[in-house]
Amino acid sequence: MDLDSLYQEVILDHYKHPLHKGLSEEKTIQVHHVNPSCGDEITLNLLLEANMVADISWDGVGCSISQASTSIMSDLLIGKSISEAFSILDEFSGLMQSKGGSKGNEEVLEDAVALAGVSKFPARIKCALLGWMAFKDAASQGMSDEASNKQGEENG
Amino acid sequence: MTNSVFDPVALRSDFPIFQRTVRGGARLVFLDSGATSQKPRSVLDAERNFYENHNAAVNRGSYLLAEEANAAYESARQSVADFLNGKFEEVIFTKSATESLNLLAYSFGNSQSSSKFAVKPGDGIVVSEIEHHANLIPWQQLAKRTGAELSWFSVTPEGRLDLSNIDQVITEKTKIVAITHQSNVLGTIIPLAEIVKRAHAVGALVVLDACQSVPHFSIDVAALGIDFLAFSGHKALGPTGIGVLWGRSELLSEMEPFLTGGSMIESVTMTDATWAPIPRRFEAGVPNMAQAVGLEAALKYLTEVGMERVHGHELDLTASALSQISDIPGVKVVGPLDMKDRGGVISFTVEGVHPHDVGQVLDSFGIAVRTGHHCAWPLMRRMNVVGTTRASFYLYNTEDDVVALVDGIRSVQKYFGV
Ligand SMILES: Cc1ncc(COP(=O)(O)O)c(C=O)c1O
Repeated sequence: MDLDSLYQEVILDHYKHPLHKGLSEEKTIQVHHVNPSCGDEITLNLLLEANMVADISWDGVGCSISQASTSIMSDLLIGKSISEAFSILDEFSGLMQSKGGSKGNEEVLEDAVALAGVSKFPARIKCALLGWMAFKDAASQGMSDEASNKQGEENG
Repeated sequence: MTNSVFDPVALRSDFPIFQRTVRGGARLVFLDSGATSQKPRSVLDAERNFYENHNAAVNRGSYLLAEEANAAYESARQSVADFLNGKFEEVIFTKSATESLNLLAYSFGNSQSSSKFAVKPGDGIVVSEIEHHANLIPWQQLAKRTGAELSWFSVTPEGRLDLSNIDQVITEKTKIVAITHQSNVLGTIIPLAEIVKRAHAVGALVVLDACQSVPHFSIDVAALGIDFLAFSGHKALGPTGIGVLWGRSELLSEMEPFLTGGSMIESVTMTDATWAPIPRRFEAGVPNMAQAVGLEAALKYLTEVGMERVHGHELDLTASALSQISDIPGVKVVGPLDMKDRGGVISFTVEGVHPHDVGQVLDSFGIAVRTGHHCAWPLMRRMNVVGTTRASFYLYNTEDDVVALVDGIRSVQKYFGV
């Protein structure tokens, strides 16, 4: 079977040495996401500054796929503009839905293409998406907060 | 079969699914019967025969097929009653154990305040920390809706129910004790007699979640002295979509219905309705007839093999697996390590590898196990694990399956370098 296509070396490395794991102290948007079918949990802190992803830190328990994917995601998205981050997220979601038909665009996804094999394992796709969906949620909250703050300022 | 030697290898040929291979030609090592069992051909044939020869809505038509469908459905009810040593009218068909347990919780909740089934503020409902969500959430929510107090037995670090404070948990205020017979995670069989004795001493009703016991060892509801019992057909070689609620007739006949609609009425006007006698009062709508018939075939199969032998075989496999698994360095069994009051379920963790990843590597060898929290999230927290990998055995498993599992776990450790 394609076990090795699922558990790429890069994934096992990130699993054993996750990046940006451990929640930062800075004032940030915090979200908590759970995968109810397996009990995996993640807490993610996001710091947005001037439409940029200034920092992501996270903590949680989960399988190698969810932990590695969150590690790769955070390293990839820190320093990107919010709109860039969202387009990377779309690219990654597309890869996960590809049923093994896509190798992924390495220019956009970098290390995240190592997760391409996950798309052949329907039960694991939600593991790979856990951290990404947490980021999406946090970023959306951040943007709507910002919008309502702006409005508040304008009205005030 | 009854007079021959119990031969699980020969018996596997009754189960069509074992003819297929998985993941690149691997033999199917099915160790997830705790979630659902595989089906013998006789069950599939019984369902097919019902549809091909007798299909008609029960309790309605007066033509030949309807008569035959009725006879088949009610024969299934009698077979379930016989299997449990209960009475015909005490067997209610539902779609699953989950529905059976909800039926009880909602029926109690629907009772007039004058009824002995009414649950009021200050009343007590008792469960335990080992409950499957299906026997926790209906009671937890009933308590919330009625203002009753939910309390529970805790579990010891080795995975046994802690009855040391039984008199404080089950009190004069307790109305319902809803408890699982055998843990779907730990394999623990609970000290039921002691619980029934205390519950009845304070006038409480005992609801037994027998999902993990009815399929695996002989159950006699009269001897157990319980009031209600629930199980799912699909875990007992039967089809999906059919579950059973057994209840003592003198209780059921005083209870409010849960689902209302066709078949469950005695008479109806635009503004009111009265209820049919049991069991029909609790079976609204056209029931899962073919599935009931399939369940009857499943129970017949189990009876022909002999529940004593089913249980004995599972215990042999469990003892063997338990000793081999607990010998592997870095592997921890979650649940009792000895065979006392224990069924054919083994949960374990592999140090350094998440259960999901354990399951994935085992799957690559054709081994089907369950991973995660097993619908028993509070128990996972209690045992200080995020989840476990669970192997569960049934009559069609063999010593080869145990060997495959043990070798598989070693391969998991090698693969992840732990
Ligand atoms: C102990 C226990 N109770 C209840 C259930 C629920 O059964 P079902 O999902 O068939 O309704 C299960 C199934 O896993 C179980 O193991």
